[in-house]
Amino acid sequence: MKQTAIALAAGVIFGAGLAVSGMADPQRVQAFLDLFGAWDPTLAFVMGGAMIPMAIAWGVQRRMAAPVAASRFDLPGTNRIDPRLAIGALIFGAGWGIGGLCPGPAIADLAIAPAPAAMFIAAMLAGMAVHRFAIR
Amino acid sequence: MMLPGFPDAMPLQGLAGGLMIGLSAAIMLLALGRIAGVSGLAARATGISAGGAPRGIAIAFILGLPLGALLVSTMLSGVQTTFPTSPWPLLIGGLLVGFGTRLGSGCTSGHGVCGMSRLSPRSIFATAMFMASGFATVALLRVGGWL
Repeated sequence: MKQTAIALAAGVIFGAGLAVSGMADPQRVQAFLDLFGAWDPTLAFVMGGAMIPMAIAWGVQRRMAAPVAASRFDLPGTNRIDPRLAIGALIFGAGWGIGGLCPGPAIADLAIAPAPAAMFIAAMLAGMAVHRFAIR
Repeated sequence: MMLPGFPDAMPLQGLAGGLMIGLSAAIMLLALGRIAGVSGLAARATGISAGGAPRGIAIAFILGLPLGALLVSTMLSGVQTTFPTSPWPLLIGGLLVGFGTRLGSGCTSGHGVCGMSRLSPRSIFATAMFMASGFATVALLRVGGWL
């Protein structure tokens, strides 16, 4: 219950941050990726801003035996670089450029522009399902 | 504040929103011991993925995203979004984003925000790949006359 409330609060802050930052706007995201057009550097500020609390958080995390509201840290490994990672990231980047959306902004945009956001999300979930059933 | 040379940029809003995103990810890490990776949490919340965070946590986080956006949109009386007018970029982009984030184990939040700040070689590599691919894709769209 407490964990669910914390996750909900974190989601709300994340979604609010996306809306404040301009990253919820597909046109602005695409403008950041458009080096040969009217390049918009806003997203670099979003990424830079997000790095600050997280860099501090990782420093704190290293000194903690367990998280505040859970029994243990459940974190992914950091070193395995394989073709799947590379190909997956390349495919993701292509979709990001075509639609101007990555998963977080798409889901947050359900509250701002429900129809196009839902269309993107339906296709995204279909893509995830294809991966689930087609890869191994 | 305006950036000289970039009339459309919103550096302060970008920074403020970025700080909020980082704060959210820090809460997920320090309170729940987890990565705030939206693609993984979305797959978990919908049942497409069986592994990762407990499902309740994933569902709560994912529901929070539109709630937070709604809150800001209400307070600021609207948030500017311009979507592609044709459904095709949304459908094709969505399919590639869904498949690619699962194959590559993460997206802008998991690899970009959480992994890069952790100095994870895997995430730095993935972020470099998806950024390069995004830049190249939009350049190709421009060459093809779609932008």
